[in-house]
Amino acid sequence: MKIAVCVKQVPDTWAEKKLSDSDNTLDRASVEAVMNELDEYAVEEALLISEANDGEVVAVSMGPERAEETVRKALQMGADSGIHIHDESLKGSDALATSLVLAEVLKDRGFDLIIFGSESTDARMSVVPAMVAERLGRPQLTFANKVDVDGGTVKIQRLTDYGYDEVEGASPAVVSVVEKINEPRYPSFKGIMAAKKKPIETVALAESGVDAGQVGLGAAWSEVASAAPRPPKAAGVKIDDEGAGGSKIAEFLSEQKFI
Amino acid sequence: MSEVLVLVETADGAVKKVSLELLTLARGIGQPAAVVAEAGIDPASLAEYGAETIYVAEAAELNNYVVGPKVDLLAQLVAEKSPAAVLIPSTAEGKEIAGRLAVRANSGVITDAVAIAADGTATQSIFGGSIIVESKVSTGTPIITVRPNSSPAEPAPAAGTVVPVQVELSDGSTAAKVTNRVVAEQGGRPELAEAAVVVSGGRGVGGEDGFGVIEALADSLGAAVGASRAATDAGWYPHQYQVGQTGKTVSPNLYIANGISGAIQHRAGMQTSKTIVVVNKDPEAPIFELADFGVVGDLFSVVPQLTDEIKTRQG
Repeated sequence: MKIAVCVKQVPDTWAEKKLSDSDNTLDRASVEAVMNELDEYAVEEALLISEANDGEVVAVSMGPERAEETVRKALQMGADSGIHIHDESLKGSDALATSLVLAEVLKDRGFDLIIFGSESTDARMSVVPAMVAERLGRPQLTFANKVDVDGGTVKIQRLTDYGYDEVEGASPAVVSVVEKINEPRYPSFKGIMAAKKKPIETVALAESGVDAGQVGLGAAWSEVASAAPRPPKAAGVKIDDEGAGGSKIAEFLSEQKFI
Repeated sequence: MSEVLVLVETADGAVKKVSLELLTLARGIGQPAAVVAEAGIDPASLAEYGAETIYVAEAAELNNYVVGPKVDLLAQLVAEKSPAAVLIPSTAEGKEIAGRLAVRANSGVITDAVAIAADGTATQSIFGGSIIVESKVSTGTPIITVRPNSSPAEPAPAAGTVVPVQVELSDGSTAAKVTNRVVAEQGGRPELAEAAVVVSGGRGVGGEDGFGVIEALADSLGAAVGASRAATDAGWYPHQYQVGQTGKTVSPNLYIANGISGAIQHRAGMQTSKTIVVVNKDPEAPIFELADFGVVGDLFSVVPQLTDEIKTRQG
């Protein structure tokens, strides 16, 4: 069983993020970069499935030069090899372009499963896994909090607003996982040492079969007209509870016509 | 005037409020047309809120597959009607439908909009609400997902002509089959993403039992209950109620945060709430920066008092 796990390098989840002045793309240089937190769960799930099925895990990332660190982190956790899709022309690519490149790079490599985290903490669109499934014409098994592989059938529990759906599809399938599906392992010292020798293939855009005109900021299907910090909120009322705090809130809610 | 397609979201066979909000919003861009992907939905409310046309898919098995058939339906209508825009509720599934439709229709997609101008420019609030972005789809049909509670639903009765649509399901769309649906106990409370009022608890709640006072306050206001990541990670409250990054994003009219410090992780999911009330014993907690009304105090004395006061005032 051959599993691709797609990982993204993002600004630290707990850091304040901002846009660059020049082109309104995310200023990735000013903050510390880490593996997108939800992708750690995706890597863990890929490793668990691989371990149970005598498989192989390939960590895949599209991003600037230093995104290789994120591929390496997945290798430290236990992935067998990596693919780093890196090309200057990819900067500023939107979800449509990203899904196009990933689908083209992944489609002919014989993967049985392609696993993603369910969202990135920077863009937060949660659409790339669905778009990749659409482009590949393969089952979309997203927002999984449980994945079972049974021969050529993949079954998941898909979290919904009302509970969950049981969903199944034939492999190769595109899966995204939510947190709580597992507990991601920390890289061990042995894992860190072993990762230094694991191969990472660098794929340039020309090798992916995607035309440069279809990616990057210039090719984005939507454009940012303006971006500005949220106007500071007018200072609210802040009181100390001296025994009537609850009643004071009730008064406020009443004035605001909530009760 | 071009049509604006609005994908109708339903729950238990009823039209959800967000669909009526989107029909209201659609009137500012073009002529609203509702798209219903489920049999047996009463079209009356859709007509009342401005749908000139109501496209109803005829295929019964539309909901037996993940997302795909709804994409087939919308893609077919986009090709036939060349609408000015397609509006979809910004839920997890809604965003997936929008994403796949964008691929299919070779069109741009904008998610999590909180407002849309007449020319289709969408306003988004990103990075935990700290930055306001205005963007516009530049290729194809604008496909925009809009957060529930972003704008009011206002009635404007229209013809509401029902037009049946035969949907051709594509192979890729039927690849992921739903074999069973499991509905979790909601405790009779409204759905978190749609609720007009949300009452949340965090680390300060102290444990599973502490959520009793949060639920009691929520029930006095007819509100949904939310939780910070600290609370869900600790196992005090189920994960599906987590508000914030990696959880749900809510934008209610009133958000009451209890015992929540307000790390970016949480603010990312609630900063666009219209009115924010905070109860926290730490006067330095960053959540107070967002508060319209904040009380520095112990939530276990403030919240029950508030609940009692609300019940008294409501008679």
